[in-house]
Amino acid sequence: MSTEPDQGYSAAAEVGAVRARRTWRENVWRGLKKAPYTAWFGLIVIAFYMLVAIFAPILAPYGESEVFDIPYAPWSDEFKFGTDQLGRDMLSRLIYGARNTIGIAVATTLLSFVIGGGLGVLTSIQRGWFDQLISRFVDILMAIPSLIFALMLLSIFGSTILNLIIIIAILDATRVFRLTRAVSMNVVVMDYVEAAKLRGEGLAWVMRKEILPNIMPPLVAEFGLRFCFVFLTIASLSFLGVGIQPPTADWGSMVRENATLITYGDITPLLPAAAIALLTVAVNFVVDWFLHKTSGLRDEH
Amino acid sequence: MSTDNDTGADRVKGEVLLEMRDVKIDGYSDDQWHDIVKGVDITLRRGEVLGLIGESGAGKSTLGLAAMGFARPGCRISQGSIMFDGMDLLAMSEDNRRALRGSRIAYVAQSAAASFNPAHQLIQQVTEATIQHGIKSKSEAEGDAKELFAALQLPDPDNIGYRYPHQVSGGQLQRAMTAMAMSSRPDLIIFDEPTTALDVTTQVEVLAAMRDIVDQYQTAAIYITHDLAVVAQMADKIKVLRYGNTVEEAETRKMLTEPKEQYTKTLWAVRSLYKEAERNEDIILKVDGVDASYGGGVKVLDNVSIEMPRGCTVAVVGESGSGKSTTARVITGLLPQSKGQVIFNGEVLPPELKNRSKDQLRRIQMIYQMADTAMNPRHTVRDIIGRPLEFYLGLTGKACDKRVVELLELIELTEEFIDRLPGELSGGQKQRICIARALAAEPELIICDEVTSALDQIVQEGILKLLLRLQKEFNYSYLFITHDIATVEAISDEIVVMFQGGVVEQGQKTKILKPPFPPYTQLLLSSVPQMDPDWLDNLLAERAESGAEVMNSSGQ
Repeated sequence: MSTEPDQGYSAAAEVGAVRARRTWRENVWRGLKKAPYTAWFGLIVIAFYMLVAIFAPILAPYGESEVFDIPYAPWSDEFKFGTDQLGRDMLSRLIYGARNTIGIAVATTLLSFVIGGGLGVLTSIQRGWFDQLISRFVDILMAIPSLIFALMLLSIFGSTILNLIIIIAILDATRVFRLTRAVSMNVVVMDYVEAAKLRGEGLAWVMRKEILPNIMPPLVAEFGLRFCFVFLTIASLSFLGVGIQPPTADWGSMVRENATLITYGDITPLLPAAAIALLTVAVNFVVDWFLHKTSGLRDEH
Repeated sequence: MSTDNDTGADRVKGEVLLEMRDVKIDGYSDDQWHDIVKGVDITLRRGEVLGLIGESGAGKSTLGLAAMGFARPGCRISQGSIMFDGMDLLAMSEDNRRALRGSRIAYVAQSAAASFNPAHQLIQQVTEATIQHGIKSKSEAEGDAKELFAALQLPDPDNIGYRYPHQVSGGQLQRAMTAMAMSSRPDLIIFDEPTTALDVTTQVEVLAAMRDIVDQYQTAAIYITHDLAVVAQMADKIKVLRYGNTVEEAETRKMLTEPKEQYTKTLWAVRSLYKEAERNEDIILKVDGVDASYGGGVKVLDNVSIEMPRGCTVAVVGESGSGKSTTARVITGLLPQSKGQVIFNGEVLPPELKNRSKDQLRRIQMIYQMADTAMNPRHTVRDIIGRPLEFYLGLTGKACDKRVVELLELIELTEEFIDRLPGELSGGQKQRICIARALAAEPELIICDEVTSALDQIVQEGILKLLLRLQKEFNYSYLFITHDIATVEAISDEIVVMFQGGVVEQGQKTKILKPPFPPYTQLLLSSVPQMDPDWLDNLLAERAESGAEVMNSSGQ
């Protein structure tokens, strides 16, 4: 059959059949163009929050804890959204609040992913007693209602920002751990992981190069959701008085401190609440879109 | 729905049942429609079996589904007409089409294991469609299912239906699926590669059962496969497809003896590959009296001893569960043996993977059956082939890239592939990349675990030729694990026959493949389908004469 080269099989002849690979940037742009308007809305809102957080000192008309004479001032030209119970400008505090609240939430979520994700992948490779130990410990942590547990730990160790980040990160890492371990388990059984082990690759290489790239989509989606929860947890803790401590501006505590105004028909305390709600909704829109995109569900034509 | 249907009395043999005219089917990807099937005609009469063959991507399965008026999500039937028993399938409503499916047209999928719901008993699933369509009552359907089980020669037909899918073997499950398709006594059955996932020994039983039942009820069938020898047993006529076009169509016998088109001839010639057996006294690998078990439970390997001469191909054959792959796992160190030793190049290999040196690991490389899962889908070809170069040989940057390109050329691919992801390669290309990855380590021994069984015949031959050429050039030793005797005949020097965790015999190819055989080798060899339409009949007649003891001893 070698006398008929045009009829025989040649792997190289198939080159033309496969299209050239798109660059990363082209892929992102194509994805964005097809994104639904909810995702666009979410992306724009997130970008806006980011800008506000980054340029807070430029955007804010007054300082974060600058106190003026009139507490509970009504909305005016001087104080766009009035002042709070101590006479600090609401708008400025809202802007600085974006910085503090989002910054802490991002740091906490990242830390919880490093801890939970790392242990999750590790236990899926190293089964046996190590997996049992970590998994049962996580079960115990998850058995305790997390808000109450966080309240307790914060009152023991004190409400510093560092403690806040570490405690919430560890409590949240339990959920990240469960998810990572579950998805990573499906990847660990693949032949390419076995091939890497046969090659003599170390644990770190297998985790980072073989497993991590394949579990990224669910983890990224989870990151978005976790971020929302952390955000809400910090806001609730601040509302309860053990979160971010005054005079640092934070949306949760701003709601609490000015809650009395509601009874006088002043909607000012709803503004930081709305800021929290809007960001949460926006992040969820983006996560939904991302989940749909990576779930492999094809739109039927 | 006529109730006479189940007797088959109103079915006139030779009457046209299915007529597909100029059918075109498009698939949607990258924001545009591509044609998958480009205008194919099919005429099928009652009682007739049409074999559809071709390599993967030829449009066989798409066409098979179209015969039910169905297009997969992301596909559409863009042109042509499909008439089934005088009804236009494309013009009728989806509800009416659905009423036909499962009652008058049935479908048997490739993997029965994936198609059965593990949470329900077999008989519930076998009779479900029939009861749903209101063709038979529950008790009628179940009684009938038991008859079908008996006709399909399932053991204990009265009770096997009350088992769950995991409680029966793969071959039995595939026959249960045929029973499911037959339950409503359809006019047309579409078999989509129903035996591809089975061992040769099991395949024979399933083929015989399917053919009998199609005969008995005058059912028309479309049989989709890439295995020519199988289609020769089943089909009355054969249609060869390539790139969505008909290459040629003819009666089975005529097609086998005098194919007209060049492409068909190449398909037929695939099995011509043959290698003269060699013998080398230099032993590279010796597996000595090895026992192994998973988790300390049942022994999977029992006193296995294999000797491998350097630069030769040793084929390990046997059906699934015979311990072939486990032997490979012991040699590579993935499964430490409980007894015995593995001697490589004169030194005893540590049983545990982690105690072996980098150099010992480098010298033994492995190629897997499923190239899809053997390569990380997120790594490019450069990463995949480059990693062993970097890891074992310390090549980086330009030197590494240069070597990757050399290796790509060695496996008959080009530089253009270097930035591709595995998902952008065809099945044959993927397996070639896996071979290149093994070669990159500059090994002495390569373990090939069923490397061609997931591929089409033409692609298979390409891969086997490549392996032979590489062996000649670089003097590699291959341990070739397979259940395909045709492949073994083509490329091996020595053969090891395994059965239930033990070695039945080992020796040179010419010796093993020459009678008289031990009973198990005999069964294995005789079960390989031949390109002769009478092969199955002759084989069954022979086995009926010589008694069933061989079949029984194989322990289905």
